[in-house]
Amino acid sequence: MTSTVTREPSAGRIKPVRRRATSGHLRQERRAGWLFVAPAVIVLVVFLFAPIIMAAWVSLLDWNGQSSPFSGEAEFVGLSNYQALLTDAGLLRSDFMLSVRNTVYFVLFNVTGVVVVSFALAMAVNSYVLRGRSFFRTIFYFPAITSSVAISVLFLFLFQGAGVVNVVLSWVGIDGPTWFRDPRGVLHIVLSWFGVDAAPAALADTTMGGLSLWEWLSGPSVAMCALITLSIWASSGTFMLFFLVGLQDIPVELEEATAIDGAGAWRRFRHLTVPLMRRSIVLVITLALISSWQVFDQVFILSQGAPAKTTLTPAYISYVRSFGDGQFGVGAAVAFVLFAIIIVLTLVQRWVGRERRT
Amino acid sequence: MMRQFARTPLALAAAVAAATVLAACGSGFDDDDGGDAEATGASDGGGPLTVMIGSSGEAETVAVQEAAARWAEESGTEVEVIPAQDLVQQLQQGFAGGNPPDVFYVSPDRFRMFAEAGSLYPYGDQIEDADDIYQPLRDAFTYEDELYCAPKDGGVHALVIDTDAWAAAGLTEADYPQDWDQLAAAAQALTTDGRVGLAFTGDYNPVGTFMLAGGGFFVNEDQTEVTADTPENLATLEYLKQNMDAGTFAFAPNIDAAWGGEAFGSGKSAMTVEGAWIVGALQNDFPDRNWVAVPMPAGPGGQASTAFTNCWGIAADSDNQAGAVDLVNFLVSPEEQQAFAEAFGPTPSRASLADWNAEAFPEKAAFAEGMEDSRTQVSVPGFESVLADFKTQLEGMAAGTVTPEQALQALQTNGEAALAQD
Repeated sequence: MTSTVTREPSAGRIKPVRRRATSGHLRQERRAGWLFVAPAVIVLVVFLFAPIIMAAWVSLLDWNGQSSPFSGEAEFVGLSNYQALLTDAGLLRSDFMLSVRNTVYFVLFNVTGVVVVSFALAMAVNSYVLRGRSFFRTIFYFPAITSSVAISVLFLFLFQGAGVVNVVLSWVGIDGPTWFRDPRGVLHIVLSWFGVDAAPAALADTTMGGLSLWEWLSGPSVAMCALITLSIWASSGTFMLFFLVGLQDIPVELEEATAIDGAGAWRRFRHLTVPLMRRSIVLVITLALISSWQVFDQVFILSQGAPAKTTLTPAYISYVRSFGDGQFGVGAAVAFVLFAIIIVLTLVQRWVGRERRT
Repeated sequence: MMRQFARTPLALAAAVAAATVLAACGSGFDDDDGGDAEATGASDGGGPLTVMIGSSGEAETVAVQEAAARWAEESGTEVEVIPAQDLVQQLQQGFAGGNPPDVFYVSPDRFRMFAEAGSLYPYGDQIEDADDIYQPLRDAFTYEDELYCAPKDGGVHALVIDTDAWAAAGLTEADYPQDWDQLAAAAQALTTDGRVGLAFTGDYNPVGTFMLAGGGFFVNEDQTEVTADTPENLATLEYLKQNMDAGTFAFAPNIDAAWGGEAFGSGKSAMTVEGAWIVGALQNDFPDRNWVAVPMPAGPGGQASTAFTNCWGIAADSDNQAGAVDLVNFLVSPEEQQAFAEAFGPTPSRASLADWNAEAFPEKAAFAEGMEDSRTQVSVPGFESVLADFKTQLEGMAAGTVTPEQALQALQTNGEAALAQD
């Protein structure tokens, strides 16, 4: 509700500016306007646009970080960094394809998990029956204000071989895995229960980007599952706030009216709440999607890509190639391919989630 | 709104302003350098020095700071010691920005990258009594027959043994393993329920030490050829795999420990392969563990180990190279190395200090023995990713999904690709 109130006057203010301004007064006003936005524009250009263009330039160089990339000392190699990444068979491409596979699963489960959990949390703290709602709102938001380093270290202890998670599992007779050391994909594990241990020939022989389809279809590894759990837990508090704002925008009268019409809780949720929350859901999915593709800090602290590279992510490769191997051009190229992936997926997701008017 | 951005001259003004700010940022370092040079009146005059170290902790930082202060008093040149949060990254930023620290730690695996790019000032011929420094350590920092920097410390892998477990298994000092068969036998004797005989970090360093003892290694002496896929290395990996399959050897992560020292300290293994850094870790985290370190048992290729070292690199861009060389010579002098060894435990890089070291720190003697037969870590740029991949192959070998042949073939292919790029 608040957003509509603030939007109207600002919309009105734009109108006179749109008209071609000729009087000195208006020109002055416009100049003042520019003066006011100048700091923001300068900050954006200096700290956002300029670095992006510089990074694009670096991605075309064979630069080892030992000189200024603009001094001409680094060799210009055109698109060969991108070639090594996407087409030439080698360690770099196989690492990158593995990281894309890992991240696809990470994104899939993380985004789904975050949306479901944060929506449920928002519903819970929005409901009128819950006592001490503001207390729970604070509690649920807590992980979001905790440093991701602290959370990662905490999870490292939780998921140790003899950690809390496995102790709890042992109470119900489950012999938990050594989470961060288990490289098996969960899909492969499930398939092995049904006697499918090796890849069917069709899947093993067909490759995509140098990685067999059987490898693409491994599912997230056990270690990655622990990372996903961490990520969902840490980020759902923030997204809960987005949903909460949306939920509070739903007029109580509507809910009451549907209740009087005899709709049950599920039908109210399905046909009233969800449609009205479309915008919030699209927003949360977009934001979660972008941040999931860029996952880095948890990997950096917890696993460094281990076990068996099943937690390798493009952002981590970009870092290791740059600072580990001194191949900053390759690192920048990875970042740009990642950028492209995110843009494409976000556009697809916006298109799927667009409002259809009939 | 968008249309206005495009057409007003103010957009241009903003861009100009932004460019000015960028230019100001960029030239900041140069102004600084210029100022220093002017103040001292000469490019190699006695300008102040900055020393950047990757410190293991407070003890190391204080020790280096105190040593630098002693030199500063002697020479009258100001020295600032900066303990880096992330040395690799901060150095890289310094080089890329044209404003590196004057003196800094360089590890062998980074060395060649710096040397190739001409970032380091080669001062090997100015090191006082350089021949006293162990040959393999000097080799680690030699590029195209030129010694670039002075190794500040050095050490090799040793076999660390839990003496209580050793005695409980009915073994005596005379039984300390001399070769691989005895090592395997001892590991078998020490393996009990919940404890493996020998566990070590599952990466390329301890495995590299075994490969050296087996008569092979990742690369040849000059680091110009990849020598991974050889019968010697295959025999080494098969020896490790055989014992891992028997349950007497293990990679630390597979028995729920982050590294060999943790597996050993927590009692999950009775022996481990580590360098001198384990001493401090055991003292701090597992003070009750009784242990002894003995030289690595000899393999089919004789006795050998990986050498670990760092050197004092001097930036080619340094304004006061003469002062920096003087400072480094002071820091690698026998007296200062003794002070460092006493303060935070590094093994001196000078052979003349071997006896002193063995006497002063008998528990660490094994980590300095056999330094002459050691080899340094691979320094080919791009090998970090190659060896990281080898580590993954080793994990697979432990899990039984990768054969030793496959692991070595992958290492050979990837290593050759990295060398070809170099």
